[in-house]
Amino acid sequence: MSLSAIVESIIFAAETPLSLDRLCDLLQEFERSELKSCLIDLAAFHEGRGGGFHLVEVAGGWQFRTRSEFQDYIVRHVRTRSAKFSPSALETLAIIAYRQPITRAEVEYLRGVDCGGVIKTLLDKKLIRILGKKEIPGRPLIYGTSKEFLETFGLKDLKALPTLKEIQALDETPFMELQEELPLDQNATQNIDTLLPFDTEHSAGS
Amino acid sequence: MKQVREDNPSLLDSCKGYYNVHLDVFDGPLDLLLHLIRKNELDVRDIPIAVITRQYLDFIKLMKDLNLEVAGDFLLMASTLLHIKSRMLLPLDDQEEGEVEEADPRAELIRRLLEYQQYKEAGLVIGARALLGREVFTRGCCEEPLASRMQNDDGPVELELFDLVDAFRALLARVPAESFHDVAAADSLSIADCINEMLSLLQERDLIHFDEMVSLEPTRERIVVTFLAILELCRLKLIRIFQNEPHGAIWFIPAVSRDDSNDGVSAQ
Repeated sequence: MSLSAIVESIIFAAETPLSLDRLCDLLQEFERSELKSCLIDLAAFHEGRGGGFHLVEVAGGWQFRTRSEFQDYIVRHVRTRSAKFSPSALETLAIIAYRQPITRAEVEYLRGVDCGGVIKTLLDKKLIRILGKKEIPGRPLIYGTSKEFLETFGLKDLKALPTLKEIQALDETPFMELQEELPLDQNATQNIDTLLPFDTEHSAGS
Repeated sequence: MKQVREDNPSLLDSCKGYYNVHLDVFDGPLDLLLHLIRKNELDVRDIPIAVITRQYLDFIKLMKDLNLEVAGDFLLMASTLLHIKSRMLLPLDDQEEGEVEEADPRAELIRRLLEYQQYKEAGLVIGARALLGREVFTRGCCEEPLASRMQNDDGPVELELFDLVDAFRALLARVPAESFHDVAAADSLSIADCINEMLSLLQERDLIHFDEMVSLEPTRERIVVTFLAILELCRLKLIRIFQNEPHGAIWFIPAVSRDDSNDGVSAQ
Protein backbone atom coordinates (compact mmCIF):
# COMPACT_ATOMS: atom_id res chain seq x y z
CA MET A 1 0.00 0.00 0.00
CA SER A 2 1.60 3.20 -1.10
CA LEU A 3 1.27 6.34 1.00
CA SER A 4 -0.19 8.27 -1.89
CA ALA A 5 -2.95 5.68 -2.27
CA ILE A 6 -3.74 5.98 1.45
CA VAL A 7 -3.85 9.77 1.30
CA GLU A 8 -5.93 9.65 -1.85
CA SER A 9 -8.46 7.34 -0.25
CA ILE A 10 -8.86 9.56 2.81
CA ILE A 11 -9.36 12.68 0.73
CA PHE A 12 -11.83 10.87 -1.47
CA ALA A 13 -13.91 9.75 1.48
CA ALA A 14 -13.78 13.11 3.28
CA GLU A 15 -16.77 15.41 2.93
CA THR A 16 -14.92 18.67 3.40
CA PRO A 17 -11.47 19.83 2.31
CA LEU A 18 -8.85 17.93 4.28
CA SER A 19 -6.04 19.97 5.74
CA LEU A 20 -2.45 18.85 6.03
CA ASP A 21 -2.72 19.24 9.81
CA ARG A 22 -5.64 16.85 9.92
CA LEU A 23 -3.81 14.42 7.70
CA CYS A 24 -0.82 14.51 10.03
CA ASP A 25 -3.12 13.69 12.95
CA LEU A 26 -4.62 10.77 11.07
CA LEU A 27 -1.36 9.36 9.76
CA GLN A 28 0.97 9.79 12.67
CA GLU A 29 3.21 7.02 11.42
CA PHE A 30 4.34 9.28 8.58
CA GLU A 31 6.38 12.47 8.55
CA ARG A 32 4.68 15.77 7.81
CA SER A 33 7.12 16.49 5.01
CA GLU A 34 6.37 13.09 3.48
CA LEU A 35 2.67 13.80 3.53
CA LYS A 36 3.16 17.24 2.08
CA SER A 37 5.19 16.05 -0.87
CA CYS A 38 2.72 13.22 -1.31
CA LEU A 39 -0.14 15.72 -1.63
CA ILE A 40 1.78 17.75 -4.16
CA ASP A 41 2.58 14.61 -6.17
CA LEU A 42 -1.04 13.52 -6.05
CA ALA A 43 -2.24 16.92 -7.23
CA ALA A 44 0.27 16.84 -10.08
CA PHE A 45 -0.78 13.30 -10.95
CA HIS A 46 -4.47 14.18 -11.17
CA GLU A 47 -3.64 17.34 -13.07
CA GLY A 48 -1.59 15.48 -15.63
CA ARG A 49 -4.09 12.64 -15.93
CA GLY A 50 -6.54 14.82 -17.84
CA GLY A 51 -9.53 13.32 -16.04
CA GLY A 52 -12.87 14.77 -15.08
CA PHE A 53 -11.78 15.82 -11.63
CA HIS A 54 -8.61 17.00 -9.98
CA LEU A 55 -7.17 17.53 -6.54
CA VAL A 56 -7.22 21.17 -5.50
CA GLU A 57 -6.27 23.13 -2.44
CA VAL A 58 -9.24 25.10 -1.12
CA ALA A 59 -9.96 26.76 2.21
CA GLY A 60 -6.74 25.44 3.70
CA GLY A 61 -7.40 21.83 2.74
CA TRP A 62 -7.35 19.40 -0.16
CA GLN A 63 -10.40 18.24 -2.03
CA PHE A 64 -11.34 16.45 -5.22
CA ARG A 65 -13.32 18.71 -7.46
CA THR A 66 -14.67 18.37 -10.94
CA ARG A 67 -13.08 20.50 -13.60
CA SER A 68 -15.18 23.51 -14.52
CA GLU A 69 -15.22 22.58 -18.22
CA PHE A 70 -17.49 19.63 -17.44
CA GLN A 71 -20.14 21.84 -15.88
CA ASP A 72 -22.57 21.43 -18.77
CA TYR A 73 -22.53 17.66 -18.45
CA ILE A 74 -22.65 17.48 -14.68
CA VAL A 75 -25.74 19.65 -14.45
CA ARG A 76 -27.61 17.08 -16.49
CA HIS A 77 -27.42 14.91 -13.41
CA VAL A 78 -27.13 17.19 -10.40
CA ARG A 79 -29.02 20.34 -9.79
CA THR A 80 -26.85 23.43 -9.58
CA ARG A 81 -27.10 25.54 -6.55
CA SER A 82 -28.78 28.73 -7.60
CA ALA A 83 -25.54 30.53 -6.85
CA LYS A 84 -26.42 33.61 -8.78
CA PHE A 85 -24.92 36.59 -7.06
CA SER A 86 -26.30 40.04 -7.67
CA PRO A 87 -23.76 42.76 -8.47
CA SER A 88 -24.47 44.36 -5.12
CA ALA A 89 -23.86 41.09 -3.29
CA LEU A 90 -20.55 40.58 -5.12
CA GLU A 91 -19.47 44.15 -4.47
CA THR A 92 -20.26 43.86 -0.79
CA LEU A 93 -18.55 40.50 -0.60
CA ALA A 94 -15.47 41.93 -2.31
CA ILE A 95 -15.33 44.85 0.11
CA ILE A 96 -15.64 42.54 3.10
CA ALA A 97 -13.10 40.11 1.67
CA TYR A 98 -10.49 42.76 1.00
CA ARG A 99 -11.12 45.02 3.96
CA GLN A 100 -11.96 42.60 6.74
CA PRO A 101 -12.43 43.04 9.62
CA ILE A 102 -14.93 45.70 8.65
CA THR A 103 -18.10 47.20 10.11
CA ARG A 104 -21.33 47.66 8.25
CA ALA A 105 -20.93 51.44 8.39
CA GLU A 106 -17.56 51.18 6.67
CA VAL A 107 -19.02 48.97 3.94
CA GLU A 108 -21.83 51.46 3.48
CA TYR A 109 -19.40 54.35 3.23
CA LEU A 110 -17.48 52.58 0.48
CA ARG A 111 -20.62 51.67 -1.43
CA GLY A 112 -22.50 54.88 -0.68
CA VAL A 113 -25.67 52.95 -0.04
CA ASP A 114 -27.43 50.99 2.70
CA CYS A 115 -26.08 47.45 2.91
CA GLY A 116 -28.15 45.91 5.71
CA GLY A 117 -30.10 43.60 3.42
CA VAL A 118 -27.11 42.45 1.42
CA ILE A 119 -25.07 41.72 4.54
CA LYS A 120 -27.91 39.72 5.99
CA THR A 121 -28.20 37.66 2.80
CA LEU A 122 -24.46 37.01 2.82
CA LEU A 123 -24.67 35.98 6.46
CA ASP A 124 -27.56 33.65 5.65
CA LYS A 125 -25.51 32.08 2.88
CA LYS A 126 -22.69 31.73 5.41
CA LEU A 127 -20.28 33.50 3.06
CA ILE A 128 -19.46 36.05 5.72
CA ARG A 129 -19.45 35.77 9.48
CA ILE A 130 -19.45 38.05 12.47
CA LEU A 131 -15.94 38.30 13.85
CA GLY A 132 -16.82 40.26 16.95
CA LYS A 133 -17.50 43.80 18.01
CA LYS A 134 -15.40 46.82 17.35
CA GLU A 135 -14.22 48.68 20.43
CA ILE A 136 -15.63 52.03 19.38
CA PRO A 137 -18.76 53.81 20.57
CA GLY A 138 -21.82 51.72 19.79
CA ARG A 139 -19.66 48.59 19.58
CA PRO A 140 -20.73 47.76 16.01
CA LEU A 141 -20.38 44.22 14.71
CA ILE A 142 -17.39 43.50 12.55
CA TYR A 143 -17.59 41.15 9.61
CA GLY A 144 -15.18 38.93 7.75
CA THR A 145 -15.37 36.16 5.21
CA SER A 146 -15.98 32.55 6.24
CA LYS A 147 -14.49 29.22 5.33
CA GLU A 148 -17.51 28.65 3.10
CA PHE A 149 -16.51 31.75 1.16
CA LEU A 150 -13.13 30.19 0.36
CA GLU A 151 -14.76 26.87 -0.50
CA THR A 152 -17.43 28.42 -2.70
CA PHE A 153 -15.00 30.58 -4.61
CA GLY A 154 -12.34 27.88 -4.77
CA LEU A 155 -9.68 29.87 -2.94
CA LYS A 156 -6.76 28.33 -1.10
CA ASP A 157 -6.76 31.15 1.43
CA LEU A 158 -7.41 34.87 1.51
CA LYS A 159 -4.01 35.56 0.03
CA ALA A 160 -5.15 33.70 -3.08
CA LEU A 161 -7.57 36.54 -3.86
CA PRO A 162 -6.31 38.60 -6.76
CA THR A 163 -4.82 41.78 -5.32
CA LEU A 164 -6.63 45.01 -5.98
CA LYS A 165 -3.60 46.15 -7.92
CA GLU A 166 -3.87 43.16 -10.23
CA ILE A 167 -7.54 43.89 -10.73
CA GLN A 168 -6.73 47.47 -11.57
CA ALA A 169 -4.09 46.26 -14.02
CA LEU A 170 -6.77 44.19 -15.77
CA ASP A 171 -8.78 47.31 -16.20
CA GLU A 172 -5.85 49.21 -17.65
CA THR A 173 -4.95 46.62 -20.29
CA PRO A 174 -6.54 48.51 -23.17
CA PHE A 175 -4.33 51.46 -22.39
CA MET A 176 -1.21 49.27 -22.33
CA GLU A 177 -2.14 47.79 -25.68
CA LEU A 178 -2.44 51.24 -27.09
CA GLN A 179 1.07 52.02 -25.97
CA GLU A 180 2.52 48.86 -27.44
CA GLU A 181 1.09 49.59 -30.84
CA LEU A 182 2.84 52.91 -31.11
CA PRO A 183 6.37 51.77 -32.09
CA LEU A 184 5.02 49.63 -34.95
CA ASP A 185 3.95 52.51 -37.12
CA GLN A 186 6.20 55.07 -35.57
CA ASN A 187 7.65 56.06 -38.92
CA ALA A 188 4.26 56.48 -40.46
CA THR A 189 2.86 58.54 -37.63
CA GLN A 190 5.86 60.72 -36.97
CA ASN A 191 4.70 63.40 -39.35
CA ILE A 192 1.13 63.18 -38.21
CA ASP A 193 2.25 63.54 -34.63
CA THR A 194 3.29 67.08 -35.24
CA LEU A 195 -0.04 67.78 -36.90
CA LEU A 196 -2.14 66.36 -34.09
CA PRO A 197 -1.35 68.11 -30.85
CA PHE A 198 -3.44 65.73 -28.74
CA ASP A 199 -1.23 62.79 -29.65
CA THR A 200 1.85 64.32 -28.11
CA GLU A 201 0.91 62.96 -24.73
CA HIS A 202 1.22 59.39 -25.97
CA SER A 203 4.46 59.91 -27.84
CA ALA A 204 5.88 61.63 -24.80
CA GLY A 205 4.86 58.64 -22.73
CA SER A 206 6.46 56.12 -25.07
CA MET B 1 -24.39 74.11 -20.86
CA LYS B 2 -26.63 74.13 -23.90
CA GLN B 3 -24.87 71.09 -25.18
CA VAL B 4 -25.72 69.23 -22.02
CA ARG B 5 -29.35 70.19 -22.19
CA GLU B 6 -29.59 68.85 -25.69
CA ASP B 7 -28.08 65.60 -24.54
CA ASN B 8 -30.60 65.14 -21.81
CA PRO B 9 -33.64 63.89 -23.72
CA SER B 10 -31.61 61.03 -25.11
CA LEU B 11 -30.24 60.23 -21.69
CA LEU B 12 -33.72 60.20 -20.24
CA ASP B 13 -35.03 58.00 -23.02
CA SER B 14 -32.24 55.52 -22.71
CA CYS B 15 -32.59 55.44 -18.96
CA LYS B 16 -36.30 54.92 -19.22
CA GLY B 17 -35.88 51.90 -21.41
CA TYR B 18 -33.10 50.58 -19.28
CA TYR B 19 -34.78 51.18 -16.01
CA ASN B 20 -38.09 49.63 -16.87
CA VAL B 21 -36.48 46.38 -17.76
CA HIS B 22 -34.14 46.12 -14.87
CA LEU B 23 -34.97 47.94 -11.69
CA ASP B 24 -31.82 47.10 -9.86
CA VAL B 25 -29.37 48.53 -12.35
CA PHE B 26 -27.89 51.14 -10.11
CA ASP B 27 -26.66 50.03 -6.78
CA GLY B 28 -26.60 53.35 -5.13
CA PRO B 29 -25.38 56.81 -5.98
CA LEU B 30 -21.74 55.92 -6.59
CA ASP B 31 -22.78 53.28 -9.08
CA LEU B 32 -25.01 55.78 -10.88
CA LEU B 33 -22.21 58.37 -10.95
CA LEU B 34 -19.78 55.86 -12.39
CA HIS B 35 -22.34 54.91 -15.01
CA LEU B 36 -22.81 58.55 -16.01
CA ILE B 37 -19.05 59.11 -16.14
CA ARG B 38 -18.54 56.07 -18.32
CA LYS B 39 -21.50 56.91 -20.52
CA ASN B 40 -20.07 60.36 -21.19
CA GLU B 41 -16.58 58.91 -21.61
CA LEU B 42 -15.17 61.13 -18.92
CA ASP B 43 -12.11 60.69 -16.77
CA VAL B 44 -12.99 59.90 -13.17
CA ARG B 45 -10.05 62.02 -12.04
CA ASP B 46 -11.37 65.10 -13.81
CA ILE B 47 -15.15 65.13 -13.61
CA PRO B 48 -17.00 68.12 -15.04
CA ILE B 49 -19.22 68.54 -12.00
CA ALA B 50 -21.84 70.68 -13.74
CA VAL B 51 -22.49 68.12 -16.49
CA ILE B 52 -22.57 65.18 -14.14
CA THR B 53 -24.71 66.93 -11.56
CA ARG B 54 -27.30 67.86 -14.15
CA GLN B 55 -27.51 64.33 -15.49
CA TYR B 56 -27.57 62.96 -11.97
CA LEU B 57 -30.48 65.22 -10.99
CA ASP B 58 -32.31 64.34 -14.20
CA PHE B 59 -31.95 60.73 -13.31
CA ILE B 60 -33.37 61.25 -9.85
CA LYS B 61 -36.26 63.15 -11.39
CA LEU B 62 -36.80 60.24 -13.74
CA MET B 63 -36.88 57.86 -10.81
CA LYS B 64 -39.52 60.01 -9.19
CA ASP B 65 -41.50 60.12 -12.44
CA LEU B 66 -41.46 56.36 -12.48
CA ASN B 67 -42.77 56.42 -8.93
CA LEU B 68 -39.66 54.75 -7.64
CA GLU B 69 -38.73 55.56 -4.15
CA VAL B 70 -35.62 57.68 -4.29
CA ALA B 71 -33.46 56.52 -1.44
CA GLY B 72 -31.93 59.08 0.84
CA ASP B 73 -28.48 57.97 -0.32
CA PHE B 74 -29.22 59.31 -3.80
CA LEU B 75 -30.38 62.64 -2.43
CA LEU B 76 -27.34 62.90 -0.17
CA MET B 77 -25.07 62.47 -3.18
CA ALA B 78 -27.06 65.08 -5.11
CA SER B 79 -26.48 67.60 -2.35
CA THR B 80 -22.79 66.64 -2.20
CA LEU B 81 -22.49 67.31 -5.93
CA LEU B 82 -24.18 70.69 -5.58
CA HIS B 83 -21.96 71.52 -2.65
CA ILE B 84 -18.85 70.69 -4.65
CA LYS B 85 -20.05 72.74 -7.57
CA SER B 86 -20.75 75.76 -5.38
CA ARG B 87 -17.34 75.47 -3.77
CA MET B 88 -15.74 75.40 -7.18
CA LEU B 89 -17.63 78.51 -8.26
CA LEU B 90 -16.89 80.61 -5.21
CA PRO B 91 -13.60 82.47 -5.17
CA LEU B 92 -11.37 81.41 -2.34
CA ASP B 93 -10.67 83.80 0.47
CA ASP B 94 -7.15 85.14 0.54
CA GLN B 95 -6.45 83.61 3.93
CA GLU B 96 -8.00 80.32 3.00
CA GLU B 97 -6.18 80.18 -0.29
CA GLY B 98 -2.92 79.31 1.35
CA GLU B 99 -4.28 76.20 3.03
CA VAL B 100 -6.80 74.99 0.54
CA GLU B 101 -4.90 75.88 -2.59
CA GLU B 102 -4.22 72.41 -3.85
CA ALA B 103 -7.33 70.87 -2.34
CA ASP B 104 -9.74 70.24 -5.20
CA PRO B 105 -13.29 70.22 -3.82
CA ARG B 106 -13.80 67.12 -5.93
CA ALA B 107 -10.90 65.23 -4.37
CA GLU B 108 -12.95 63.40 -1.75
CA LEU B 109 -15.60 62.35 -4.24
CA ILE B 110 -13.00 61.21 -6.77
CA ARG B 111 -11.24 59.16 -4.13
CA ARG B 112 -14.49 57.46 -3.19
CA LEU B 113 -15.40 56.84 -6.80
CA LEU B 114 -12.04 55.28 -7.55
CA GLU B 115 -12.22 53.14 -4.47
CA TYR B 116 -15.76 52.08 -5.26
CA GLN B 117 -14.80 51.26 -8.83
CA GLN B 118 -12.01 49.09 -7.51
CA TYR B 119 -14.34 47.02 -5.35
CA LYS B 120 -16.96 46.85 -8.06
CA GLU B 121 -14.39 45.32 -10.36
CA ALA B 122 -13.09 43.06 -7.59
CA GLY B 123 -16.68 41.85 -7.21
CA LEU B 124 -16.86 41.05 -10.90
CA VAL B 125 -13.54 39.23 -10.75
CA ILE B 126 -14.51 37.01 -7.84
CA GLY B 127 -17.97 36.51 -9.33
CA ALA B 128 -16.35 35.23 -12.52
CA ARG B 129 -14.55 32.46 -10.66
CA ALA B 130 -15.68 28.88 -11.07
CA LEU B 131 -18.06 28.55 -8.13
CA LEU B 132 -18.68 25.44 -6.10
CA GLY B 133 -22.12 24.14 -6.90
CA ARG B 134 -22.32 26.15 -10.09
CA GLU B 135 -19.32 25.34 -12.27
CA VAL B 136 -17.38 23.03 -10.00
CA PHE B 137 -18.69 20.12 -7.99
CA THR B 138 -17.45 17.90 -5.23
CA ARG B 139 -18.78 14.55 -4.27
CA GLY B 140 -22.09 15.03 -2.52
CA CYS B 141 -22.07 18.80 -2.81
CA CYS B 142 -25.56 18.64 -4.26
CA GLU B 143 -27.61 16.30 -2.15
CA GLU B 144 -30.40 16.12 -4.63
CA PRO B 145 -29.57 14.55 -7.97
CA LEU B 146 -32.02 15.27 -10.75
CA ALA B 147 -32.64 11.58 -11.33
CA SER B 148 -34.27 11.02 -7.97
CA ARG B 149 -36.31 14.14 -8.45
CA MET B 150 -37.67 12.84 -11.70
CA GLN B 151 -38.64 9.53 -10.15
CA ASN B 152 -41.01 11.04 -7.66
CA ASP B 153 -41.97 14.04 -9.66
CA ASP B 154 -45.56 13.83 -8.54
CA GLY B 155 -44.83 12.49 -5.14
CA PRO B 156 -44.57 14.67 -2.12
CA VAL B 157 -41.38 15.79 -0.44
CA GLU B 158 -41.03 17.15 3.06
CA LEU B 159 -40.78 20.92 3.23
CA GLU B 160 -40.07 23.68 5.65
CA LEU B 161 -42.40 26.42 6.73
CA PHE B 162 -40.69 29.06 4.61
CA ASP B 163 -41.07 26.99 1.47
CA LEU B 164 -44.74 26.89 2.23
CA VAL B 165 -44.87 30.64 2.63
CA ASP B 166 -42.99 31.06 -0.67
CA ALA B 167 -45.42 28.79 -2.45
CA PHE B 168 -48.25 30.76 -0.96
CA ARG B 169 -46.72 33.99 -2.18
CA ALA B 170 -46.26 32.54 -5.67
CA LEU B 171 -49.89 31.57 -5.68
CA LEU B 172 -50.99 35.01 -4.56
CA ALA B 173 -48.98 36.53 -7.37
CA ARG B 174 -50.99 34.52 -9.87
CA VAL B 175 -54.30 35.85 -8.56
CA PRO B 176 -55.79 38.42 -10.93
CA ALA B 177 -55.98 41.91 -9.54
CA GLU B 178 -59.17 42.35 -7.62
CA SER B 179 -61.50 45.26 -7.89
CA PHE B 180 -62.30 46.76 -4.53
CA HIS B 181 -65.52 48.44 -5.53
CA ASP B 182 -67.96 46.24 -3.68
CA VAL B 183 -66.99 47.00 -0.13
CA ALA B 184 -69.66 44.96 1.58
CA ALA B 185 -68.85 41.39 0.66
CA ALA B 186 -71.94 39.24 0.48
CA ASP B 187 -70.60 36.43 2.59
CA SER B 188 -67.18 36.14 4.06
CA LEU B 189 -65.45 32.83 4.20
CA SER B 190 -64.42 31.65 7.62
CA ILE B 191 -61.40 29.55 8.38
CA ALA B 192 -63.63 27.06 10.18
CA ASP B 193 -65.72 26.55 7.02
CA CYS B 194 -62.61 26.03 5.04
CA ILE B 195 -61.22 23.51 7.52
CA ASN B 196 -64.45 21.53 7.42
CA GLU B 197 -64.43 21.59 3.66
CA MET B 198 -60.88 20.28 3.59
CA LEU B 199 -61.51 17.57 6.15
CA SER B 200 -64.50 16.30 4.22
CA LEU B 201 -62.40 16.27 1.05
CA LEU B 202 -59.72 14.34 2.87
CA GLN B 203 -62.31 11.72 3.77
CA GLU B 204 -62.61 10.93 0.10
CA ARG B 205 -59.03 11.28 -0.98
CA ASP B 206 -55.58 10.89 0.43
CA LEU B 207 -53.81 13.61 -1.45
CA ILE B 208 -55.06 17.11 -2.13
CA HIS B 209 -53.42 19.84 -4.12
CA PHE B 210 -53.52 23.34 -2.73
CA ASP B 211 -54.50 24.73 -6.11
CA GLU B 212 -57.53 22.44 -6.17
CA MET B 213 -58.86 24.05 -3.04
CA VAL B 214 -58.80 27.49 -4.56
CA SER B 215 -59.30 26.78 -8.26
CA LEU B 216 -63.05 27.27 -8.14
CA GLU B 217 -62.80 30.65 -6.57
CA PRO B 218 -59.28 32.05 -7.01
CA THR B 219 -59.70 35.19 -5.01
CA ARG B 220 -57.20 36.62 -2.61
CA GLU B 221 -59.57 36.04 0.29
CA ARG B 222 -60.12 32.42 -0.62
CA ILE B 223 -56.41 31.75 -0.91
CA VAL B 224 -55.53 33.48 2.33
CA VAL B 225 -58.29 31.66 4.22
CA THR B 226 -57.27 28.32 2.72
CA PHE B 227 -53.68 28.93 3.64
CA LEU B 228 -54.59 29.81 7.21
CA ALA B 229 -56.79 26.74 7.37
CA ILE B 230 -53.87 24.59 6.28
CA LEU B 231 -51.65 26.11 8.93
CA GLU B 232 -54.34 25.52 11.52
CA LEU B 233 -54.83 21.90 10.46
CA CYS B 234 -51.11 21.46 10.59
CA ARG B 235 -50.98 22.87 14.09
CA LEU B 236 -53.71 20.46 15.14
CA LYS B 237 -51.59 17.69 13.59
CA LEU B 238 -54.48 16.65 11.37
CA ILE B 239 -52.66 16.95 8.06
CA ARG B 240 -49.14 16.88 6.73
CA ILE B 241 -47.93 19.22 4.03
CA PHE B 242 -45.58 18.45 1.19
CA GLN B 243 -44.03 20.09 -1.78
CA ASN B 244 -42.13 18.41 -4.57
CA GLU B 245 -39.72 21.26 -5.19
CA PRO B 246 -38.92 24.65 -3.74
CA HIS B 247 -41.67 27.10 -4.75
CA GLY B 248 -43.57 24.12 -6.07
CA ALA B 249 -47.17 23.18 -5.56
CA ILE B 250 -48.35 22.45 -2.03
CA TRP B 251 -49.86 19.03 -1.39
CA PHE B 252 -51.37 17.80 1.81
CA ILE B 253 -52.34 14.44 3.19
CA PRO B 254 -54.08 13.36 6.39
CA ALA B 255 -51.62 13.01 9.25
CA VAL B 256 -53.19 9.65 10.08
CA SER B 257 -53.48 7.74 6.85
CA ARG B 258 -56.90 6.49 5.87
CA ASP B 259 -55.78 2.88 5.84
CA ASP B 260 -55.05 3.07 9.54
CA SER B 261 -58.46 4.48 10.34
CA ASN B 262 -60.09 1.81 8.17
CA ASP B 263 -58.22 -0.82 10.10
CA GLY B 264 -59.49 0.74 13.26
CA VAL B 265 -63.03 0.55 12.01
CA SER B 266 -62.73 -3.06 10.90
CA ALA B 267 -61.21 -4.01 14.23
CA GLN B 268 -64.28 -2.70 15.96
